[in-house]
Amino acid sequence: MIAYIGSFLILIAFMNASLLVLSKPVLSRVTSEYDSLILSTSKLQFPLTFLAFICLIFSFLGDDFSLRYVSANSNSALPYFYKISATWAGHEGSMLLWCLILSFWMFMASVYSKSLDKQFRLKFLNIMGLLNIGFLAFLIFTSNPFEKNISIPIEGKDLNPLLQDFGLIIHPPMLYMGYVGLSVVFSFALTCCLQNDFKPEWAKWIRPWALISWSFLTLGIALGSWWAYYELGWGGWWFWDPVENASFMPWLITTALIHSLITCEQKSMFKNWTILLAIMAFSLSLLGTFLVRSGILISVHSFANDPARGAFILLFLFIVVGGSLLLYLKNASKMNDNTSFDLFSKESFFLINNILLVTATFTILLGTMYPLMLDLFGLEKISVGVPYYNSVFLPIMTPLVLLAGYIPILFLSKRKNNMTKHFFMSLIIILFFSLGSLLFMTQYNLSILLGVFIFMWITFNILYDLVTKYLNTKNIKTLFSNIGMTLAHIGLAVFILGATIVENNKVEKEIILGLGESVKVNDYTFLFSEIIEYDGPNYSAIKAKFIINSDNQFIANLYPEKRLYFSNDMPMTEAGIEPGLTRDLYVTLGNLISDDRWSVRVYHKPLVRLIWLGALMMVLGGILSVIIRKKHKKLSTQV
Amino acid sequence: MQKRTLRIYYIIFILISLAVIFTLFIKTFNENLLFYRSPSQINAGEFPENYIFRIGGVVEDGSLDKSKESMNVKFSITDYEKSINISYNGILPDLFREGQGVVIRGKLGSDGVFYAEEVLAKHDETYMPPEVLDSLKVNEKALQDTTRSMTIKK
Repeated sequence: MIAYIGSFLILIAFMNASLLVLSKPVLSRVTSEYDSLILSTSKLQFPLTFLAFICLIFSFLGDDFSLRYVSANSNSALPYFYKISATWAGHEGSMLLWCLILSFWMFMASVYSKSLDKQFRLKFLNIMGLLNIGFLAFLIFTSNPFEKNISIPIEGKDLNPLLQDFGLIIHPPMLYMGYVGLSVVFSFALTCCLQNDFKPEWAKWIRPWALISWSFLTLGIALGSWWAYYELGWGGWWFWDPVENASFMPWLITTALIHSLITCEQKSMFKNWTILLAIMAFSLSLLGTFLVRSGILISVHSFANDPARGAFILLFLFIVVGGSLLLYLKNASKMNDNTSFDLFSKESFFLINNILLVTATFTILLGTMYPLMLDLFGLEKISVGVPYYNSVFLPIMTPLVLLAGYIPILFLSKRKNNMTKHFFMSLIIILFFSLGSLLFMTQYNLSILLGVFIFMWITFNILYDLVTKYLNTKNIKTLFSNIGMTLAHIGLAVFILGATIVENNKVEKEIILGLGESVKVNDYTFLFSEIIEYDGPNYSAIKAKFIINSDNQFIANLYPEKRLYFSNDMPMTEAGIEPGLTRDLYVTLGNLISDDRWSVRVYHKPLVRLIWLGALMMVLGGILSVIIRKKHKKLSTQV
Repeated sequence: MQKRTLRIYYIIFILISLAVIFTLFIKTFNENLLFYRSPSQINAGEFPENYIFRIGGVVEDGSLDKSKESMNVKFSITDYEKSINISYNGILPDLFREGQGVVIRGKLGSDGVFYAEEVLAKHDETYMPPEVLDSLKVNEKALQDTTRSMTIKK
């Protein structure tokens, strides 16, 4: 019953979106009242999809195995919170989630766009409506989550054990909030193309949306990385896997976008370029969906492969990207762009920032798409190794992050007219401190020095900039309006520090241990003391107890596990992790060698938490700047 | 006049650095391509010599030989035409078992044994790596044999 209601609601939502798009061409001849219809349908879309989504959740909670999607992704023994998260664990459900979030963003765009010119606003919502139609059509025709099974199974196949995890409950929704949030920016950019203009106040209006999408994207990627770290069982945090790349490319472009929008707003520059970035950002997130959902890439993200789906998304991608690029080429040249600027100006550095970010994106795009293209034409089966990404991506990023610390100095000194003095002063101070910090490390090399230097370079300069700005104006408002930006950049610095140290100083041992034997990693002794067998709700498990001591002081007990899930006979490794700000201790069980002897992985990961801490700071920075902008606006309108 | 020469130098500098970057880039890209081969292709001599590449196939029944003292493992993989012996020293993935499709990265030794650096058997017990599936498609009957023991997820 619930399933029928859900099915019906999706159809209603589809018709509602069609009404939104068709109301202008159909009604404009009869009446001029079509605008209120557009506004109300754009708001109604969200409750409709939301209710459909609730129906699917209830089908999962009620173990309705007559639905194919439920029987393929759930099981009556599954704990209830995983039943809820199973709603978006598979292809069909995650597409419904995508539609839900798309309608949510359209709702928000409809509510908060009152300040825009009326015609502009209607066109903008129309484009969002078109996107809604496209994805709902995809959902209805190729991946309906409410599709019935031909024969009803007694028991469901169960959720993939890898996905039975907290990280995976929140990773997809956050990532989708980011991906789909870009649809607002995209629709806005296309409307600008239609209007042949991109006014500074429009840039001001769209920037918070880009920032919020960027924050969600950052959070989604960080959660995915964190999940992979503890769940995949070998302690890596980034794999340059095509699916990760698919989420990283829109992130890089959105990062470029939020910088170039500043120039659009303040100097009315880079209009064409910014619009192109907005189109690219959403196109890349569509490409990501295509790569993940079409089954071209096989990984934990591709649950089912269906050529019809791939063909549909490819066609959709082709229409959306091709159409928007054509519109862009046709209209963008008509926009007036203020193109002259100084070589040593904020604008020229934002341009370099953009060029580097776009170049980085294209090197990743090449590594991701080239193997697929070769395979498509039946030429050769290849994959691009991780060293490619490291040796190409890092050299592009190094000048970028150095620049992030340089810009504040540049503008301070411009105000005071002695930039070389300031530059060398801060360079010497920071170099002194980063060399000094090496004394506290057991191991160091040139890349660690560079990492520490970049960390201090960005942090010091960004903070110095904030303090000087405050001292110059003596106004607490300047502190507030810059805090988000400051926090996000320091987050970047913290991330770089963590990533550099963990990649250079980690210790990873793969050895065989019997009961009662121990291994020493740096200062920590890991004693393999016990094997415990127990039963979980839907699995049986072997749990090992490791006692960790450092200089005869007890640190922690770790319990790495091997689980066997009943429903599909699938084995899983659960890592035992002792987290800490300065280091993580990480143990996983490998294979049983003989009797009570196991091969085990024992890792010492210094500062690995800074990777996600840095990402969280970026997220918080992004959100803070949006909130404070809003408050600012309110204050200024009241005055 | 002087400003103009300066600009020309500037442009030449940019062009040269671009050329250098591009060459290095192409070089890195080419060096890091990993080719994929099936056991039959290796048997026919179609593989990059002295290079790391990937092979894939199904772990042959009864071929798994685990050492009781170390992490050394020997097994063979097959595409139901030819098979090839693999030697690996390390922790095998959870889903590694006989009859499972795997992808292996490593080097072919002069003794004809493939020395593995990494063994991948990912995510799902019914899952078959796409490359392996493709090389099995060459032999339709073999494919049917595999599907009997293993439902390929659709």
